[in-house]
Amino acid sequence: MLRRALRRSLLFVVALFVVGCGWELYKAVGPEQGGSLLGIPLPKSNNLAMPHTWDMVTRLFEPERGAGGRDLWVGVADYGWYTFRLALLGMVLGTIFGLFAAVLMARLRVLERGLLPWIVMSQTVPLIALAPQLDGWSGRIDIAGWEWPRWLSVSVLAGFLAFFPIAVGTLRGLQSASAASTELMHSYAASWWKTLVKLRFPAAIPSMVPAFKQAATLAVVGVIVSEISIGVTGGIGRAVISFSQAATGDPAKPYAAVFGAAALGLAMYGLVVLFDALVMRHRPQEAAG
Amino acid sequence: MNAVVVNRVSKVFNPGTPNQVDALVDIELSIEPGDFVSLIGPSGCGKSTLLRLIANLIEPSQGDVLVNGKSAAQARIDQDYGMAFQQAGLFDWRSVEKNIELPLELKGWDKAKRRARAQEMLELVKLPDFARHMPWQLSGGMQQRVAIARALAAHPQLLLMDEPFGALDEMTREHMQAELLNICNQTGTTVVFVTHSIPEAVYLSTRVVVMSPRPGRITEIIDVDLGRDRTEDTRERDAFYGKITEVREALRSVEAVSHGAGFGGVDDR
Repeated sequence: MLRRALRRSLLFVVALFVVGCGWELYKAVGPEQGGSLLGIPLPKSNNLAMPHTWDMVTRLFEPERGAGGRDLWVGVADYGWYTFRLALLGMVLGTIFGLFAAVLMARLRVLERGLLPWIVMSQTVPLIALAPQLDGWSGRIDIAGWEWPRWLSVSVLAGFLAFFPIAVGTLRGLQSASAASTELMHSYAASWWKTLVKLRFPAAIPSMVPAFKQAATLAVVGVIVSEISIGVTGGIGRAVISFSQAATGDPAKPYAAVFGAAALGLAMYGLVVLFDALVMRHRPQEAAG
Repeated sequence: MNAVVVNRVSKVFNPGTPNQVDALVDIELSIEPGDFVSLIGPSGCGKSTLLRLIANLIEPSQGDVLVNGKSAAQARIDQDYGMAFQQAGLFDWRSVEKNIELPLELKGWDKAKRRARAQEMLELVKLPDFARHMPWQLSGGMQQRVAIARALAAHPQLLLMDEPFGALDEMTREHMQAELLNICNQTGTTVVFVTHSIPEAVYLSTRVVVMSPRPGRITEIIDVDLGRDRTEDTRERDAFYGKITEVREALRSVEAVSHGAGFGGVDDR
């Protein structure tokens, strides 16, 4: 288990190094001002368009704005933490609604046929089209003095994205219990609810884990995109925009936001992997793969 | 009172469609407490269907099934029987003891009582040191023993078994048969046992029910009077071979009746 984790981490570092080498190789041989090769356009390789990888890294340890103030990486971590919390909330919302929908559909065949097309269709609506609608709530919803904050819209949108794989993956999992085991529960005269808790849910875990992995990365993407389209400040999404605006004079700076976003996705993914390892620790090795 | 009464039962699958199958026609069978009854016959004779009717996993098309003097449905709700299938069907996320505790959990027993019973059952099936193991760490024979322990955990008076040793190798199989007999003698459990194997049926049973296919019905019921305490030596006795021959001939006439439809599932092992 631990050895596999170590090997995977090592592979990840190697892969990162290879990508960095590829970047630098292109910078070394690619045309400074761009061009084309056999009709394929080649991007510019100058330092403004493609800063050196080491410049990107050293930039992290320089002040965020001008001289003085906090280092850039501290700023990115700060934005990242904000975004992470929103993504986590989105993940929680997506999980609640996803599990609820899956259980409902597993309970009633009719609902599965009626609801599933809507769920699939819901995912074809672009997030940025929904964002302004949802953002409109922040001024209008007021429950006993509690006002709908704008950051909540961001989490709801992230949850909207995360919901889909969770609902579909869980439903498939709930239906994966073998005929023999459902028959066994039937012979015990177990209620539908007892069968769900004692058999269907445990049997669903192996198909829920990949769904949650997908949902975790979607939640992060959802938060970042929604932060930008709603215009919520304080998170990585905002940093991506504002850092890009500084790119002409400070080309390495936007990559700090990109690194931050990537680290966030990894952190969320890591949480699911941890959860996976926890609930699958007693399962056969093949199933834990 | 009879443990099981099957009263003029018929079962038709897909009635009124081109796929209509008369799985069982006009079945009459009563089983006394403490009996060990094997159902044997070629594939498609409806022996598993009959077992599932007794278990109330399916409903008869005609007739009725009584278990312990009540309807099969009520007996299922009251958990009057335990069941074991060809596949052990253990839940692989539960430890061995937790698997055995499952029926008790569903009956609402408290934890201490469940633990004690699971341990008792593990001793009965000779696996006392495997409580904390996970099912996938056990061999097929051991898994099947756990499944039997699970079926017996609530001390049912009736045990329904559908080819429980069918997936085991010959040596393990004979060993398990002896242990099953031991357990039944200790607990006085009534057993209905579906099998493909003639020696298995003869070795285990007090009565062997021979069935024939298309449509499924009982052709002969053979009493096996080999006494209660059977050992490995029983398998060497002439009376044992005599009964094997008797069951085989009953099955041959089944074959003749079904116009050489093939001996299908029955083997002479």
